[in-house]
Amino acid sequence: MAEALVSIRNLKKSFGRTRVLDGVDIDVGKGEAVVLIGASGSGKTTLLRCVNALERYDDGSIRVDGVEVGFRGEGAERRPRGERELSAIRADIGMVFQLFNLFPHLNARENVMLGLQKVRGLTKAEARERADHWLAQVGLADRAENYPSELSGGQQQRVGIARAVAMEPKLLLLDEITSALDPELVGEVLAVVRRLAADGMTMIVVTHEMIFARDVGTRVVFMDGGVKVEEGAPRDLLVNPRSERLKAFLSRLEMH
Amino acid sequence: MQYHLNFNFIWRYSEKLWSGLLLSIELALVSILIGCLIGFALAVAYNGGGRLTRWLVAAYVEFIRNVPLLLLVYLVFYGIPSAGGFAYGATESFVVTLSLYAGAHLVEVFRAGLDAVPKGVVDAGKAIGLTPWQRLAHVRFPVMLRIVLPALSNTFISLFKDTSLASVIAVPELTYGANWIKTNTFRAVEVWIVTAPMYLITGWAILAALRGLERALIPRRRA
Ligand SMILES: Nc1ncnc2c1ncn2[C@@H]1O[C@H](COP(=O)(O)OP(=O)(O)O)[C@@H](O)[C@H]1O
Ligand SMILES: [Mg+2]
Repeated sequence: MAEALVSIRNLKKSFGRTRVLDGVDIDVGKGEAVVLIGASGSGKTTLLRCVNALERYDDGSIRVDGVEVGFRGEGAERRPRGERELSAIRADIGMVFQLFNLFPHLNARENVMLGLQKVRGLTKAEARERADHWLAQVGLADRAENYPSELSGGQQQRVGIARAVAMEPKLLLLDEITSALDPELVGEVLAVVRRLAADGMTMIVVTHEMIFARDVGTRVVFMDGGVKVEEGAPRDLLVNPRSERLKAFLSRLEMH
Repeated sequence: MQYHLNFNFIWRYSEKLWSGLLLSIELALVSILIGCLIGFALAVAYNGGGRLTRWLVAAYVEFIRNVPLLLLVYLVFYGIPSAGGFAYGATESFVVTLSLYAGAHLVEVFRAGLDAVPKGVVDAGKAIGLTPWQRLAHVRFPVMLRIVLPALSNTFISLFKDTSLASVIAVPELTYGANWIKTNTFRAVEVWIVTAPMYLITGWAILAALRGLERALIPRRRA
């Protein structure tokens, strides 16, 4: 494997008394696309949210490009990071959400520009140029001035992708980005992601689209009950599952 | 016996009504502005604050909302100066009162509005690296504003009408002017017939202005 960009070790996270992540280890090399699969409730979203510090983890570590995400200091000196440090860390990790989560008061171009201006410090003209570049990349050059409420789900999600990648993140997190879309809109969104993967964007992808997982994933990780159950090359793992749990999961998917 | 309406004298004193209306509008505008600042600041403090902050904000809101506004007007004008040993004009005193009153009502509106900003949208702001203040300025506030705007019309129109209470401490706003004409001409019915529509029409104008703002701020829905 290439040099690890992300290394997750013994990650643990509880909500109240419910243990949602129970000691997860995952490495993601530079340029890799690691696909996370698993039943609903297995902890995939929580894992992604820990990686860009939208959730605080209780134990274990997440390093992105050598930097511990949620804490500073080691051992007894270890302290949760403050909001200011977290903001800086998040700026380098892009995320695309299941429900798009576009800023409803901004048009497509402004959605992409906001982070470029406020976080990256680009001038308005520079931000606009970069936003238009990325909107064109996701096939929305002619939708720049439309508000989210005027866009289809597939278009909104492509704006969501443009907003994330325009920040030029080291790592992109995709959380079931097509599962809220009508079937006929899934393809246009996945096509954009395929292109990003081919261009070498490092990503962690949660998806139920197995064909997409096989084509784009450099590795597949199967999670169940807050632990990693199995991990391997897509063509191997998805065709020859070893664990009973993965067999059961895949056969349930096929029935749909 | 029959009462004959006679509006002639009103025209003679109409200047009192116009200047009164102008002052009423000024009182309302300034108080609404200060009230919005108080309301938004306290709403942010409440939603992000600790137990003590929450308790203090709640105490302020409960106190103001459960005391009749008329009593607050007297309290601020007579009570506070005599307790504090200083004096201020009736107009300033009323602006303070109405601002505090507006603030207490607007805290509730803004708090509900901030709560109604979808969590995912705020998460998206975090995910691109916005700091908490940037999220407040560029995501939470503008989204909240669009949520609460319809509810604000009612509050603003009520506050405009509440300026009439300033007449009890002799602030020469519209109701005071009307009272003055009534006292000097004994033509009560005519005065109120003329004054009521002045409140009504100004209220409509406020409503229309806010509707215009809503249309400008809230993007069209997809057909
Ligand atoms: N904010 C939260 N508070 C309490 N429980 C949560 C929260 N978020 C997720 N959970 C619980 O954690 C478990 C894992 O959820 P999630 O990470 O969303 O799984 P997945 O994305 O694999 O469906 C679920 O049982 C869910 O109910
Ligand atoms: Mg999920």
